[in-house]
Amino acid sequence: MIHARGLTRRFKIKGGDVAAVRGLDLDVPAGQTVAFLGPNGAGKSTSLRMLTTLLAPTSGTAVVAGRDVTADPAGVRARIGYVGQKNGAGDGFRARDELITQGCCYGLSRAHARRRADEVLELLDLLPLARRTPGTLSGGQRRRLDIALGLVHRPGLIFLDEPSTGLDPQSRADVWRHVLRLRTEYDTTIFFTTHYLEEADTMAERVVIIDHGRVIADGTADRLKDELAGDRLAVTPAEAAGVTRAAEVAARLAGAAEVTVTGGTVGVRVPDARTAMPEYLRALDAAGVPAASAEMTRPTLDDVFLSLTGRTLRESDDARPPADDAPGTPAETPTRSASDAPPTGRGGPVDPAGGRAPDASGDADTSGTAAGRGAR
Amino acid sequence: MTTFHRDVWTVFVREITPVLRQPMTLLFNMVQPLLFLFVFGSLLAGTGGPGGAPGGGSPWQWFVPGILVMMCLSGPLLAGWTMLTELIGGAMERMLVSPLNRTAILVGRTLKEFAVLLAQAVLIIVMAVPLGFDLRPAGVLAGLLVLVLFGVGLGALSYVLAIASHPGGDLFWAVTQFLMFPLLLLSGVLLPLDAGPGWLRAAATLNPVYYLVEAERALFDARFADPAVPPGLLAAAAVAAIGLILGNRAIRRAI
Repeated sequence: MIHARGLTRRFKIKGGDVAAVRGLDLDVPAGQTVAFLGPNGAGKSTSLRMLTTLLAPTSGTAVVAGRDVTADPAGVRARIGYVGQKNGAGDGFRARDELITQGCCYGLSRAHARRRADEVLELLDLLPLARRTPGTLSGGQRRRLDIALGLVHRPGLIFLDEPSTGLDPQSRADVWRHVLRLRTEYDTTIFFTTHYLEEADTMAERVVIIDHGRVIADGTADRLKDELAGDRLAVTPAEAAGVTRAAEVAARLAGAAEVTVTGGTVGVRVPDARTAMPEYLRALDAAGVPAASAEMTRPTLDDVFLSLTGRTLRESDDARPPADDAPGTPAETPTRSASDAPPTGRGGPVDPAGGRAPDASGDADTSGTAAGRGAR
Repeated sequence: MTTFHRDVWTVFVREITPVLRQPMTLLFNMVQPLLFLFVFGSLLAGTGGPGGAPGGGSPWQWFVPGILVMMCLSGPLLAGWTMLTELIGGAMERMLVSPLNRTAILVGRTLKEFAVLLAQAVLIIVMAVPLGFDLRPAGVLAGLLVLVLFGVGLGALSYVLAIASHPGGDLFWAVTQFLMFPLLLLSGVLLPLDAGPGWLRAAATLNPVYYLVEAERALFDARFADPAVPPGLLAAAAVAAIGLILGNRAIRRAI
């Protein structure tokens, strides 16, 4: 569905020019759900705008839905759906009117466009709001209307630019429930950007992480976590004096890395916590420093980002250096210290919307990691 | 019907639907010209007015075309505002990413301005007749045609300005506010320029609206051979041509 090679976009700014996207290579097969994850200013939206013909690439090529974005933008436009960051429905226009207009924009007859408008209204639970104007809708309802606008012409590929940003947790879950239906019921290829880690983790079968305009990781969330971050064990010996000894034991575990000692607790990164934990506990017993408590944590995508860039996504967003053009991105230099590892490892404080409705996360966890989907 | 015509129709129907659903908005948007018509016009008529137009008609004969030009200035000049809000919001982007012909976006929107302007002009004329405006159908028809020609061009220029002002929007207000009153005051819409000093009359000769107003007054009086007609027609045609050419270029490059 998407084949991009060396896609690059430079912007002229005061005192020179800046590469927002540098040499993006990307292949997305039909039917896949891909999350494009990165901090603000990483190049997510610029990439998306190039793939959807809204922005001409400075160099590189992209074939989207079988058409070249530069040579045949009209061909691309007719075959994709696009839901931008902002609300697509115009002020003062009724929801249904805008949907009919949208159908006509894509070449449907007015009668056909009316039919499709009613279908997508129903699909997104918007029928009772058909005669309302955007100004009278809630944030979540507007976002659903935006998605409905993107679906009128039944695109096989839909781009969603931060579909849930700015929504309350319940509306986010609601929007995602509808997006995921596209995948299960219509086999739509979905390409979305987000800076919510948890969304990338649970909604997508593939995560592409971008930073400073470059792809720095690409794979299933699980694979990225296994390969780039690994699980963490945290064990507190029964006697505080045993901490040093316990840390030495931890360092000898198979594949152990980044042994830390914080307070009376030993932390260690291992490839697979489920096998490493019993092994570690047995070794501690044998060494005469029995454990009082033990905990294991799966890494989050933030840990993946941290291990790739040396900073967390959250920090990157807060610092917000858009189009930061510092030469040489600090890739592959894990420099985490003992103090910042535990908070990011729990994943709790990282994602502002941790309290999602339980039904959506349940759905997503099972379908989001369905291994067979990519092969289809 | 070609794809282009279909796309123009799509845009036109989208733009005109809210107006048709709430026709009263047409009247609300005419509050200013209506006030000028009834209040300023009546004052002017009360003073005996600059009614000494060739043909010796009433002051209304002189004033009504001016009010129409005034309406034709404010409406289309601010037409870009709706486009700007849709550029700042996501509605324009949504259309630009669709296969909709981009020239059709401009033409469809302009057609809507054209329809609205025509309806408003007819309303003004109908309301002016009881006040003493002498209706000359052929002249009114010709006058309206030249008027909407100008309006279409000005509307297109307003779209250019909207696109140029994106994404901030300040430029749009700065330019329209800066232009509106000089264009209006230096056109002789409200009071005849003949009474003004020489420098003012000289400045007016640089204002296309001045020629338009003069031509409209002749046309509404059915004086088709009046020497004021060709310059006014030329001014309107030039504004229309420049507006549509620049507008088309701007929208093709938009975003």
